[in-house]
Amino acid sequence: MTLEIFLQNVANAISLGSLYALIAIGYTMVYGIIRLINFAHADLLMVAGYISFYGILIFAMPWWLAFLIAIALTTILGMAMEKLAYRPLRNAPRISALISAIGMSFLLQNLGIVLVGASPKPFPRPEGLVWNIHLGSVSFLSLTVIIPVITLLLLAAVYLVVNKTNTGIAMRAVSRDFETASLMAVDVNKVVVTTFAVGSGLAAVGGIMWSLQYPQIDPLMGVFPGLKCFIAAVMGGIGSVPGAMIGGFILGIGEIMLVAFMPELSGYRDAFAFVVLILILLFKPGGILGDHVVEKV
Amino acid sequence: MLKIDNLEVYYGGIHALKGVSLEVPENKIVTLVGANGAGKSTTLRAISNLVAPSSGKITYNDKDITGMKTVDIVKNGITLVPEGRRIFANLTVMENLKMGSYARKDKEEIKKDMDVIFERFPRLKEREWQQAGTLSGGEQQMLAIGRALMSRPKLVMMDEPSLGLAPLLVKEVFEIIKDIHSRGMTILLIEQNAAAALQIADYGYVLETGKIVLEGPGKELANNDEVKKAYLGKA
Repeated sequence: MTLEIFLQNVANAISLGSLYALIAIGYTMVYGIIRLINFAHADLLMVAGYISFYGILIFAMPWWLAFLIAIALTTILGMAMEKLAYRPLRNAPRISALISAIGMSFLLQNLGIVLVGASPKPFPRPEGLVWNIHLGSVSFLSLTVIIPVITLLLLAAVYLVVNKTNTGIAMRAVSRDFETASLMAVDVNKVVVTTFAVGSGLAAVGGIMWSLQYPQIDPLMGVFPGLKCFIAAVMGGIGSVPGAMIGGFILGIGEIMLVAFMPELSGYRDAFAFVVLILILLFKPGGILGDHVVEKV
Repeated sequence: MLKIDNLEVYYGGIHALKGVSLEVPENKIVTLVGANGAGKSTTLRAISNLVAPSSGKITYNDKDITGMKTVDIVKNGITLVPEGRRIFANLTVMENLKMGSYARKDKEEIKKDMDVIFERFPRLKEREWQQAGTLSGGEQQMLAIGRALMSRPKLVMMDEPSLGLAPLLVKEVFEIIKDIHSRGMTILLIEQNAAAALQIADYGYVLETGKIVLEGPGKELANNDEVKKAYLGKA
């Protein structure tokens, strides 16, 4: 392997890892706070992709405006989802909420198929955002830089919000104990819906960047990335935000490097994610940064 | 200050409170004593609206607060130090205290209150940055009380604050209760340790299977033969 190709692979690995990390955070935050695997999270990628698609192509918006609207609407959808599909089941057995999440996912996918058709559509790559960069003999897409940079900025923002702001402290308090949090005058519903908003917003950004990187969208486009990011979140220790980031990067980098160094195994690319997951869970059942709060009773 | 009229609570099919009426006058320490399952905790939880009463009325400073959201009850100055401390084990000591003042916006006053609490509980100051789950039982109880005080309550309800603590710490907890009281806060206290509770209480109520069977000034109850036999382990 030449150095150029290696660097090319490193760049791809980092941008795929970034996307995984960004999307995995939504799973982990929602799980952390209401112990729910939000299966419909993956379909938010698709929603954001289509809103951007129609914004740019049908309404002829500038790309940035279409993206902002897509992020806003997807965030609202995520909040509405919590209110309609999960909040009424807050005190129901956990399995009911899980089934509600699966239902929500099917609903979004099939609504997509009915509304926009099942056939894939080519996603536009706006010139102002996607161009070729030449560095010596290496040439790569601007996205290779833009995706990790935006991801890192967002990850830093999430980290600050969760760890340094009162809202973040309240999120962690609610994730521990709803009732006692409400005794602290914390409006639990508000905190939960804020968590969904953050997760959905990140999913929207992830969905848009995913659509730019792999420029073809269809109503089921969220399924596979969603599954991978869920794995990333579990690998990192579900409920842990830094864990999801680490899990995302391990998975993305591992996947690309597997194919780069062992091209004959490229058919096993998706299996790789599961193998890594199984190995990590065998040795660390709680995930890499799983819940390790010490508690004396 | 707080008045409860004929409060009834059902847990599913269980009739946990069968018409409890009691009063907590301003600046007093009032205690509820009774055996396990008598409905003491349920009464406090109903006041905070963590369980919804099926009938009855709760008045606070002449205002009907029955059915008011827990969050608003806290904002109105009624705090509950829950049974089992229920500190946020995954948060640092400092963050736990910050949660206590969540509804307040007066940053400088919050800082002052925090200093007061650290002064009162120097052990917490030493462990400011530690995860609260790593504290000992006694320290956790101090944190739970400190956290409740951070909301600047007028009425502090405490559910079994001495439960599971070593005798020396139990004494300390009662000292703290007196201390809080001397700072002008009203206290509604539940205690298994009925003797100690009645000692410091201005007034006491004895609960039995969801009903108040006896009431009177604390010292009087402590000398009551029935109470002695049932709760103080003296013949």
